[in-house]
Amino acid sequence: MKKTIIEVKDLKKDFYMEEITVHALRGINLEIKEGEFVAIMGTSGSGKSTMLNVLGCLDKPTSGSYMLDGISMGELSRNELAGLRNRKLGFVFQSYNLLPRTTALENVELPLFYNSEVKPKERRERAIAALEAVGLADRMHHMPNQMSGGQQQRVAIARSLVNDPVVILADEATGNLDTRTSYEIMALLQDLNSKGKTIVFVTHEPDIAKFMTREVVFRDGHIIREDMVTERYNALELLKGLPAEELV
Amino acid sequence: MNYTNTIKISVNALKRNKFRAFLTMLGIIIGVASVIVMLAIGEGSKKSIANQMSSMGTNLIMVMPASQQRGGVAMGNSNAQSMTLNDIAAIEKDCPALSAVSPEVRSSGQAVVGNSNWPTSVYGVNNKYLGIRKYSIKSGRGFSEREIQTYAKVCLVGQTIIEKLFEGKTDPIGQSVRFKGIPLLIIGVLTEKGENGMGQDQDDLIIAPYTTVQKRILAITHIQSIYGSAVSEEKNSEAISQVTNSLRKSHKLKDGEIDDFQVRSQAEMVQTFSSVMNMLTILLGSIAGISLLVGGIGIMNIMFVSVTERTREIGLRLSVGGRAHDIMMQFLIESVLLSIFGGVIGIIFGMMVTYGVTSALGWGMIIMPEVQALGFLVCSAIGIFFGWYPARKASNLNPIDALRYE
Repeated sequence: MKKTIIEVKDLKKDFYMEEITVHALRGINLEIKEGEFVAIMGTSGSGKSTMLNVLGCLDKPTSGSYMLDGISMGELSRNELAGLRNRKLGFVFQSYNLLPRTTALENVELPLFYNSEVKPKERRERAIAALEAVGLADRMHHMPNQMSGGQQQRVAIARSLVNDPVVILADEATGNLDTRTSYEIMALLQDLNSKGKTIVFVTHEPDIAKFMTREVVFRDGHIIREDMVTERYNALELLKGLPAEELV
Repeated sequence: MNYTNTIKISVNALKRNKFRAFLTMLGIIIGVASVIVMLAIGEGSKKSIANQMSSMGTNLIMVMPASQQRGGVAMGNSNAQSMTLNDIAAIEKDCPALSAVSPEVRSSGQAVVGNSNWPTSVYGVNNKYLGIRKYSIKSGRGFSEREIQTYAKVCLVGQTIIEKLFEGKTDPIGQSVRFKGIPLLIIGVLTEKGENGMGQDQDDLIIAPYTTVQKRILAITHIQSIYGSAVSEEKNSEAISQVTNSLRKSHKLKDGEIDDFQVRSQAEMVQTFSSVMNMLTILLGSIAGISLLVGGIGIMNIMFVSVTERTREIGLRLSVGGRAHDIMMQFLIESVLLSIFGGVIGIIFGMMVTYGVTSALGWGMIIMPEVQALGFLVCSAIGIFFGWYPARKASNLNPIDALRYE
């Protein structure tokens, strides 16, 4: 029996805008176990982004419960939530969100700066290890503007790995990338997943969801479908099938 | 989160924008430097005036005739003839706080040597006068008690007289200067003293025995003023009251009658000048202070721009576990670093300019540690004061909105 990482029960989230109340999430039940690679799908306005914000401890639900790695987030203060994000979660964003004019290594170190238990030496070692895990050991001292989009996203993934989180939350992480680079990123995530990392990946592309183990589809604040992925794509094999990269 | 990390983060952020950080600091640099230069110039001119005035003797006590009333009619000050040699004797007897006292009678006119002439003044004094007025004899000798008693036609001359009447050449001792038809034998030359605090040439004078000037030149029996020297600067006010009492007694003034003389000390005049200079220094300092304030507002402005520009960075920091307090401290430390670093450069720059100005004016370096310490403190305060609001704005951002900010 695998450990339950995320357990959401009857979760509701309302937004109040002047006189209108928007029900973004209308009673969500979701359980994610250790080692899963879950796609959260849905069109815009379906509630998937709100769901990700709640899962990422960036936003609090209006009602319902959310247990992350055995910790109920309902009663936590703003600072305690920050601590939870720092130790239990890793984020990967569509637009990478790397600090400009800051080396890859320093970008990856960032989360550890906010953990006073990590000493500078350990911080550096862990950042180097994370960059090695995403295959960018040789780009350690490059600035974001000296790297391609794919490389920048790898740095962002290394940053999400560096604190050894229980779950990595990715928000349209391939949205800004071309097909080949998307596959490369998916190959990296599949590799991390095969080594035991739990990943939740928000996307609106059904194709990308095929790389994962389970699909959860949102519409109008409800989960309308929840399936295991049957014909799962293997990113490495797909990459071999792509025409050789044109050298300019 | 420890502060070493926060400081490291802030320093890194500033390093990423070196030029902008420098421009922001420039406001503080100029502000602090101008405060330091202005105050140093104020202090320097105060010192220089005080020096020049004390070269006339800070222990100096002056007694001038004052307005008298004769049967209810007020008389002018200048032509009052209220003081006589008896007053000198009385003061010498009554005033232990005075170490020396001398009468002064003065006559202005043309001094003539051969076919050169020059308008100057002859001061009739006794042989203590040189000590009281801090003159010294460069060559020759002063006049003796006997020369005073015999109305001797001898004199001492200042450097300006030698320059104008002897064209600067040779030692004039043994030659004569004619003043109002009286030939005066030069027996000594005074050391050069320069201008006093009010720009008067202190070397343009002839000094003769007071008896000579009274009897041979002016034909008067009263004296025009009395100069004395207090035992020490601290005894100034005691000397003033002793002189006042002595003169009231010898002038037979009844209680309630106003003094027919006025006693002043050089120290009082130095004080008056100092307070004027202090006002000026405060004025200059506050003008410079305004530029420091403008510099502080510059920091606030840049910090606001910086917070807006780095909204996404703030969102990211919040999402990877930065707390509101961490973000606040990061921006606050940035602004404090900017202002302190600017302040230090400003202090150094200010000292360099001060050095330039003071050496050009020949004052000697003026270092005011209290002003530098104050400048440093004010800078830190500016950093906190003007950085606080932008930093708070940054720390209050909602991470979700900040991450999506375009």
